[in-house]
Amino acid sequence: MLDVTTIRNDFPILQREVNGKPLVYLDNAATSQKPKAVIDCIVDYYSRYNANIHRGVHTLSQEATDAYEQARETIREHFNAEKAHEIIFTAGTTQGINLVANGFSKLLKEGDEILVSAMEHHSNIVPWQMLCERTGATLRVIPMNEEGELILDEYEALLSEKTKLVFVNHVSNALGTINPIKEIIEKAHALEAAVLIDGAQACSHIKPDLHALDVDFYVTSAHKMCGPTGVGILYMKEEWGKKLPPYQGGGEMIAEVTFEKTTYADLPHKFEAGTPNIAGGIAFGAAITYLNNIGFEAIEEYETELLTYATEQLQQIEGLKIYGTGKAKTSVISFNIEGIHPYDIGTIVDKLGIAVRTGHHCAQPIMDFYKIPGTVRASFAFYNTKAEVDALVSAVQRAKNMLQ
Amino acid sequence: MTIQEKQQELVDEFAMFDDWMERYEYMIDLGKSLPEIAPEHKTDDKLIKGCQSKVWLHAELNDQNVVFTADSDAIITKGIIAILIRAFSNQSPEAIVEANTDFIDEIGLKEHLSPTRANGLVSMIKQMKLYAVAYQAKANN
Repeated sequence: MLDVTTIRNDFPILQREVNGKPLVYLDNAATSQKPKAVIDCIVDYYSRYNANIHRGVHTLSQEATDAYEQARETIREHFNAEKAHEIIFTAGTTQGINLVANGFSKLLKEGDEILVSAMEHHSNIVPWQMLCERTGATLRVIPMNEEGELILDEYEALLSEKTKLVFVNHVSNALGTINPIKEIIEKAHALEAAVLIDGAQACSHIKPDLHALDVDFYVTSAHKMCGPTGVGILYMKEEWGKKLPPYQGGGEMIAEVTFEKTTYADLPHKFEAGTPNIAGGIAFGAAITYLNNIGFEAIEEYETELLTYATEQLQQIEGLKIYGTGKAKTSVISFNIEGIHPYDIGTIVDKLGIAVRTGHHCAQPIMDFYKIPGTVRASFAFYNTKAEVDALVSAVQRAKNMLQ
Repeated sequence: MTIQEKQQELVDEFAMFDDWMERYEYMIDLGKSLPEIAPEHKTDDKLIKGCQSKVWLHAELNDQNVVFTADSDAIITKGIIAILIRAFSNQSPEAIVEANTDFIDEIGLKEHLSPTRANGLVSMIKQMKLYAVAYQAKANN
């Protein structure tokens, strides 16, 4: 069982007020808050051993390199990747996706197909559209049902020997649906298609076992997992790492350079051009250690309890409809109240000190599917409480009274 | 009444309320009582970009003055438009172009003035002024 009172003390921001009321932060799907352990780690890096990595022979450079590579190892262990060099540091999920999309430019030809799910974030649709424009490949969409779950029969029907890549998010940001990625990966592999999973919304709730999943590529961002912004990882199976061309040219990614020819460095450096976000990488490691000290089983159990409670309480409000009612969900509730624009609810609820997200959540195809302009989205983390759920429910009720 | 007098009238009305809730309730009432836009003007080409909610804004010239009509699918946004229409509608293009918008702050709606806020208040004011500039240019030709 989680000791939420103690955990809340780890997060300095949770002590502040907004509009004269204690902050109730329920926008965790956009970004998570940061514990002191992570903040201190960044301060410590810049205060004690800031230096460029992988090249200096001096002590500071060595210490910084060791800490950065130790973070990579912490991340490898957490995700159960076989080799540390299969973990590539990126600027975040979006960059990881673009890196893979860019790599496939050379591997795809006209007539090939890429499958994406109907519940993707815009950042997951645009790189593939661009890739299709470059290569002549076709983008096809795996549809979802009214509950916000992918229709697996349709997925199977779309899969063929033309399919070269399947791209699905582990968890939908707008709906919270957990997709059956193991099954999706197995079915794609049976037809020799590669699979890229976007774990941005999953990794703060679930600990994925990349080895067991046998996934080709997996991307995520640190900032959704109590880590800093501007850093993330791309897991890439070693064989893909050798096959894909580098994404960006620059320092760090080369073995030897003459004006005639450059040979590229080994993995992971081949894909890590330029000086990376060193403090960010190290702090990402600290965030993962922090989460593991709490324990993902305990986090999952507690968040499920919060989700169930919040769902029950919100449903008491007349006219409230929840979008994303699948069986497997993370602690995200997207909803609307009949006859009221989500933007209006968000505005009033914010005046009451509660941070929720309103809008289309960068997933317009989902909004089009439900024929709505957007939703109000409350997303819970392990540091949220039932009292905060109550505050949300009463704020939404108050907004409803004002707006109707 | 001049734009400035109308703005002062709005500031005085809002000054009667003690807290934000009453101000918002009044703004919502203003939104609800905003005269309807003619259906033929509620078209996609009248939509203002930069709003999380939809805002339609139409302008026409009536006896040298610009008359605005508008609508929104969100009621708070509609209240904001109602306030802007009270201030700027039925004024000469010159007066609209020159008008300042400090009264929004005085009303206690400063938070809506941030350009990063997705309600598009700034876009609405800009669009109203663009219409006025267009009519001004037309009159000068």
